Amino acid sequence: MSATRPLHLAAEIGGPPRYDAGSHVALARLAEQGTLDYVTLDDSFARPGPDALAVLARVAPATTRIGLVPTVTTTHTEPFHVSSAVATLDWVSKGRAGWQADVSATEAEARLFGRRSAAPAAALWREAGEVADVGARLWDSWEDDAEIRDVATGRFVDRDKLHYVDFEGGTFSVRGPAIVPRPPQGHPVTVIDGTSGPAREPAARYADVVHVRATSPEQAESLAGDLRRRAAAHGRDPGTLRVLAALTVDLGDAETAPEPGLGSGPRPAGPGTYFRGGPVDLAEHITRWHRGGAVDGFHLTPIAPERDLERIVNGTVALLQHRSLFRTFYPGGTLREHLGLARPAGRLAAASTSEPQS
Amino acid sequence: MHLAAHFPGVNSTTVWADPRSRSQIDFSSFEHLARTAERGRFDFFFLAEGLRLREHNGRIHDLDVVGRPESLTVLNALAAVTDRLGLAATVNATFNEPYELARRLATLDHLSAGRAAWNVVTSSDAFTGENFRRGGYLDRADRYTRAAEFVATARELWDSWTPDGTSRPFTHSGPQFDIAGEFTVPRSPQGHPVVIQAGDSGEGREFAASTADVIFTRHGTLEAGRTFYADVKGRLAKYGRQPEDLKIMPGVTVVLGDTDAEAQHNAAEIRAQQVSPQNAILALEQVWGRDLSAYDPDGPLPDIDPDPASSLVQGRVRVADPLAVAAKWRALSEAKGLSIRRTVIESTARQSFIGSPVTVAAELTRFVADDAADGFILVPHLTPGGLDGFVDRVVPLLQESGAFRSEYTGSTLRSHLGLAEPVWKG
Repeated sequence: MSATRPLHLAAEIGGPPRYDAGSHVALARLAEQGTLDYVTLDDSFARPGPDALAVLARVAPATTRIGLVPTVTTTHTEPFHVSSAVATLDWVSKGRAGWQADVSATEAEARLFGRRSAAPAAALWREAGEVADVGARLWDSWEDDAEIRDVATGRFVDRDKLHYVDFEGGTFSVRGPAIVPRPPQGHPVTVIDGTSGPAREPAARYADVVHVRATSPEQAESLAGDLRRRAAAHGRDPGTLRVLAALTVDLGDAETAPEPGLGSGPRPAGPGTYFRGGPVDLAEHITRWHRGGAVDGFHLTPIAPERDLERIVNGTVALLQHRSLFRTFYPGGTLREHLGLARPAGRLAAASTSEPQS
Repeated sequence: MHLAAHFPGVNSTTVWADPRSRSQIDFSSFEHLARTAERGRFDFFFLAEGLRLREHNGRIHDLDVVGRPESLTVLNALAAVTDRLGLAATVNATFNEPYELARRLATLDHLSAGRAAWNVVTSSDAFTGENFRRGGYLDRADRYTRAAEFVATARELWDSWTPDGTSRPFTHSGPQFDIAGEFTVPRSPQGHPVVIQAGDSGEGREFAASTADVIFTRHGTLEAGRTFYADVKGRLAKYGRQPEDLKIMPGVTVVLGDTDAEAQHNAAEIRAQQVSPQNAILALEQVWGRDLSAYDPDGPLPDIDPDPASSLVQGRVRVADPLAVAAKWRALSEAKGLSIRRTVIESTARQSFIGSPVTVAAELTRFVADDAADGFILVPHLTPGGLDGFVDRVVPLLQESGAFRSEYTGSTLRSHLGLAEPVWKG
């Protein structure tokens, strides 16, 4: 990997549960000031917190450029609804939507729905991959130019440009087509945390962005290499996969030195990694990992969003921009453009026309 | 009087061929209509839902508007660009689960500071079910059984946090749902989002009387409205409810002109746009259940009978008694010497208020004064400017006469509707 690859930065704006719109809007705007690629909002049925996709839909008209990536779980939800909601987030944000696919593994979550029992992670991630797959097929089920408004024949759509998906998964089937026209990005961006073994295969196969939790640049590079090899095995161009290192960040009091014994580097923190230090230390850390080509960038989870995100934007990001390591403005309008990912062509169009797909 | 705005839907009411017609999917369209409704001090903004594209004769129906967004996501975005307007989502109780939907509705209520509403609809439709894990499992007779338990379960979840913000475990064990755990969202600003119910059947009326805050209906004349109003309000007492606890709001269209004559002329033009030659044949096929594409829309009605067992139309409710409807249409056509297209135009008109602003304001006021409605859900025929004229020209007259509010007096949808906050049942 070349060290000149653009650096991508994203931040989680969750933290302690908040139910009003104001705090989420303020954090997303702050991240947008720092020209971050996207904000994530974590979600789960297992602990207090609002519906993340709803929150980011509320944030969308109050922001203009930043990508919006809610966590959406795939275990107890309807794949058809998931696809519709993510496509709609893309419509209301004018092409800034993504979603982070996740699973609900506990029996406690299963009891909230009463439809099925808890299942092993491998089965749930296989299903999550199928949900990502059918979601993308539904986004493609309308060709971009399906709406014709042809007054002469009285036809609003060209029905030959609408396609059934006829998807048969292991636990569900979907007939299609989507009820929502193809969203502005073609496919909203799919994000998966590919750290755990069962998640890696669906991440390599279906995700545009993969978050990995690594404790060293070498481990991150090894994970990224594994993901790219798997992606290639599925016929994907591995260069279209963005791998971001997930880092939990505690910038504490910016004036104090890192806590003795921890250094300024990451340490294992539960399933992920943890960084404690000042904004300048974080900039050094990001620079070192990115320059080595281990990862395309970082997904930062501030321990205390209101405090730490401000330090990330005004300290770390400002420094990275000063060193010309991170952009100072958004060159495009959509999340795909921020990430340097092309707008995908619809895959189902070829089924009905003799034109070769570009 | 209560007023709501319906975003133009995917049916032949919506005239997409008009040069003023804009996108049915861009957010700017939703924003325009919602801001217009709020400028007019409307109670709420209303979105319909369809979970499968309609089919006609085995193929996707292509004459009317196709494609719309997911309701709750759009409404959350609209909460950012409006301050007071209620935000009502139609969401199916058949192809959703109480825990997830109650959570999404409570989230909208929080993010909009108390403006959320849920229009409960049901489906027994295996056709729609083909898009869902659930499939088409529900018998028609069980639709309201599930819907009633669904609403009751959602309310238990909304009440599982105490008003002072403590989460308590819930358990619901019933024939439809057997669930337990902890809800992730505290009690929302309205306590419970407003519940709307659409449907005129006996079951639907009973469900609304027992459960809903608003009933979205369609009725024709003043007299039909009065009969419906008396019937539904009369059902409330046995559930311990007062007449003012359920607002009756028919969906209506309005056509304006500078004079009554000009409005009638405008209405005729709109009807001709809504019932194009292609749409006339299609409407006929929906009753007859047969392929009638060989017939001339300007010619007479077919002399063959409808096929009562037809599945020609998928994804919308078919007329209950096609033979009777066909007989009525045929009688009308013969009595007046009407072509297919003219017959459809005359037979499928919805309740419309047509006239000058003064006439329309007086008519709307009369319907409310005579107990035919508590208010109206206005269904414009144009996206997104279809209510501009109403808000600019009719609302000020309603405000001058005191029939409709000049300013919002509260901030929540419940306060606009004059509905009490639900008592917490911990």
